[in-house]
Amino acid sequence: MDNNKTADLISKPLNVVNIGLEGFANELKQQDVSTIHVDWSPPAGGDPKIADLLSKLGT
Amino acid sequence: MELIEKANQEALSRMLAADPVLIDVIPASEAIPNLKSHMILHAGPPVAWENMCGPMQGAIAGIAKFEGWADSLEDAFEKAAAGAFDFHPNHHFDAVGPMTGMTTISQPLMVVENRKFGNKAYCALNEGLGKVMRFGGNDDSVLERLAWLRDDFGPAFGKALRSGDGIPLKHLVARGLTMGDEMHQRNVACSGLILRELAPALARTSTDNEELAKILAFIGGNDQFFLNVAMAMGKAIMDPVRGIEGSSVVTAMCRNGTDFGIRVSGTGDQWFTAPVEMPEGLYFPGYTEADANPDMGDSTIVETIGLGGFAMGAAPAVAGFVGAGAASDAGNFTRTMSEITTGENPEWTIPAMDYLGVPTGIDIRMVLDTGLAPTINTGIAHKEPGVGQVGAGVVRAPMKCFEQALIAFAESVGVK
Amino acid sequence: MSSVIINEVRPGFYLDSVALMRYSKSIAGLDGVEEAAMMMASPSNRQIMFDAGLLNDVSAGAEGGDLIIGIRACDANTAEAARAEANLILDQPTTSGQGETWRPKSIRAAVKASPDANLALISVAGDFAAAEARKSLRRGLHVMMFSDNVSIADELSLKQEARELGLLVMGPDCGTAIINGTPLAFANVVPKGGIGVIGASGTGTQEITCLIAQGGGGISQALGVGGRDLKDEIGGITTLMALDALDADPDTRHIVLISKPPAKAVADKVVARIGASKKTFTVCFIGATDWDLPANARFASSLKTASEHALGGKALFANFNANAIAKPASAAKVCGLFSGGTLCAEVQTLFINAGLTVMSNAAIPGVDALSENSTAHTIIDLGSDEYTQGRPHPMIDPSVRDQALATAMADPSVGIVLVDVVIGYGAHEDPAGHLVASLGASLSGSTLVIASVTGTDGDPQGRLSQISKLETAGILVAPSNADAAELALACLKLAG
Repeated sequence: MDNNKTADLISKPLNVVNIGLEGFANELKQQDVSTIHVDWSPPAGGDPKIADLLSKLGT
Repeated sequence: MELIEKANQEALSRMLAADPVLIDVIPASEAIPNLKSHMILHAGPPVAWENMCGPMQGAIAGIAKFEGWADSLEDAFEKAAAGAFDFHPNHHFDAVGPMTGMTTISQPLMVVENRKFGNKAYCALNEGLGKVMRFGGNDDSVLERLAWLRDDFGPAFGKALRSGDGIPLKHLVARGLTMGDEMHQRNVACSGLILRELAPALARTSTDNEELAKILAFIGGNDQFFLNVAMAMGKAIMDPVRGIEGSSVVTAMCRNGTDFGIRVSGTGDQWFTAPVEMPEGLYFPGYTEADANPDMGDSTIVETIGLGGFAMGAAPAVAGFVGAGAASDAGNFTRTMSEITTGENPEWTIPAMDYLGVPTGIDIRMVLDTGLAPTINTGIAHKEPGVGQVGAGVVRAPMKCFEQALIAFAESVGVK
Repeated sequence: MSSVIINEVRPGFYLDSVALMRYSKSIAGLDGVEEAAMMMASPSNRQIMFDAGLLNDVSAGAEGGDLIIGIRACDANTAEAARAEANLILDQPTTSGQGETWRPKSIRAAVKASPDANLALISVAGDFAAAEARKSLRRGLHVMMFSDNVSIADELSLKQEARELGLLVMGPDCGTAIINGTPLAFANVVPKGGIGVIGASGTGTQEITCLIAQGGGGISQALGVGGRDLKDEIGGITTLMALDALDADPDTRHIVLISKPPAKAVADKVVARIGASKKTFTVCFIGATDWDLPANARFASSLKTASEHALGGKALFANFNANAIAKPASAAKVCGLFSGGTLCAEVQTLFINAGLTVMSNAAIPGVDALSENSTAHTIIDLGSDEYTQGRPHPMIDPSVRDQALATAMADPSVGIVLVDVVIGYGAHEDPAGHLVASLGASLSGSTLVIASVTGTDGDPQGRLSQISKLETAGILVAPSNADAAELALACLKLAG
């Protein structure tokens, strides 16, 4: 696989986008890992029909 | 989907390429040939007389009397209820209007031409603060001021504009942003800038010093004078963005005091409406939330082009309207709105945010995905007709509009 | 009693109307104040104040550049106090300058704000995880999906899309990874070294990386692949990408692969890939007794054996003698209550290898499903779905185990309760302390409690301090999960 970018992941400084449990982000920040926490909420307030359309329409 | 990304880039590029210029002030009958006697254009999506809020009905009574279509306010109410007037949204006639947004044949309308695309958009003149028709005011003082705007101010303003090549607005707004305006609740800087641009031409074209002084004082004494210019500009910028197949960018947001409505580029001229929400904000002494009318006006066109609530970071003083919001939080509103837009405007920047461009091109997908409704800075009208403005604050566009829009939009691109 | 109106004019004192509205609101809200406003004395503002019943003669001469304070209150003292308060606010107008820090609501905004981001760590509810993972991939991020309850169809399409993009999807249900020395989610602080780990199992990876650390070794990377990656439906997409990456990684000398026994067709692909490498491998398929492997790979049936292989054959905890510390069990049955699924599986393996009859809710081949009134040893995985629906994982909230512990300790047929204590990032701050408190007085009864601690001294909880808490309470502590199983077997044997 020529385009396997996993080598980049394991050779460059880790820089994390955390979505979900905030504790994970806090622990990473404690270890001085660059981390940005997403203040996430379910798309469309959790409406499954809208969420389904959104996933098909892409954002 | 690639189609959508491409279409939205096209929408954004049309917004950024716009070249709005304030060129004239002319009577509505000239500006909008399809506007006839007994036709009344109002703010927001379509609404029937019986569903209109108090201030909207009050303004309609006042404008009918002003146009001579009714002998008294009572007579106007009766005639309106009996179907004597045709009601249409401003948006259906290339126009916009603040709060109640009354537009009728004899009123002077400012003309903003988008020189990049050749289209024009119209908005009535700002009447100032206090008892005014846009907040449903309809007493003699209100109608007298409207008559002066029609007979003296409008023609003089138009003459001054026609004596030159018009006032280009893009650069003026860019300067206003650096001076603390967001062009919805704060227009102090831009009102001053336009007065500076206009004063020499007014002086040159005026024949009556006393009248000239009155005109200059009217503009100079009205911090919100530029709002209506910004609105016509917004309409002129957004109209060429309508009807791009596959674009999920919002082309209009407006409210009629009953419903909030949005239009999306890819779904053409269809309105998606939901009941308007109550603004949250600060009230003038003597008034409370209990006096407030639900949100109203076409002025949300300003947010649609990335100003108003979207440019809050440029106007920290306005952030105080959000109740507990600190001025130092102003930038967060702008950053948050940049989560729901296709891009930023590189020419309209906010110095205090390291020259971040204002968030531009609201994408309904991102609104729903993030749950972040567009933030709108707004004035608050009294719910009874004729009282006027009682406060100012922030309101959010109802999510239901965006949900309906997304369903229709998905269908328009063949997604179910 | 009639109201009192007080006015004060502050000549030439200018404040923005928005600021004044906010201050007015706070004065109007004082006890006994009926209405209050501070406004610049423009004609329109004077009208507003007049209409609100706030003006008296004092302010009659005020002009546009002056500020009027107008207060209407129930009595003069209240009005004066409010006026003093108003002046105080006007003279010290600055409130906190500390703005709330902005937090992105979307991955798109996060990536915009942090353009060097390279990994998304996703732990949202399963229904939404695939969509967030898809967005992450489209923004060029590798993905670690801690979330579970993601459909296998979503997992496949995500991994296919990721492979096209050259990105790694670790998970779903990937609890553990260590990337460049950084523990992610449930993981331990281990030294850097030449051993790379690819794990379909979170606690399996934790146990192996910790045992390697205790044996003096170090970890280059520990990549999770998710529990289903080696199933037919997925075909080992992530495992193969991880193998390629670690094979090419100059810092990785030896590679450990941990999983449940994979599907045959997938295993063949993986084994072929291993055979094509010049590096050496340890393959640990928990639940299998042996596997046909190429010459550069060795099979291990337990986590401990796998760690020993990875350490080049070094025996771990050679000084630990189960027989020396074993006590006779008071009854014939062992009840294992595990927070780590692979630790649970490892104990099952060791028990059936010793010829015992075992049942489990997460049974490996050769182990029975749970049934009532069975005399079989019961080995429970408390992290499996039936225990965690709508509840946190027992590694986060060890109280999930409390009820089962109490029941086991009170059961006269149970002579030994066998547990794991997993520490490290992501885990509860003091699981040993919680375990001791939960067992309470039952520890002085006849039932033996045997534990091991998965973790290192570099972990926030500290392995030695956790062990010491357990030992002080009278719990028998083994140095590894496998040794804990051996200790239980020794105690059974002593009881005859």
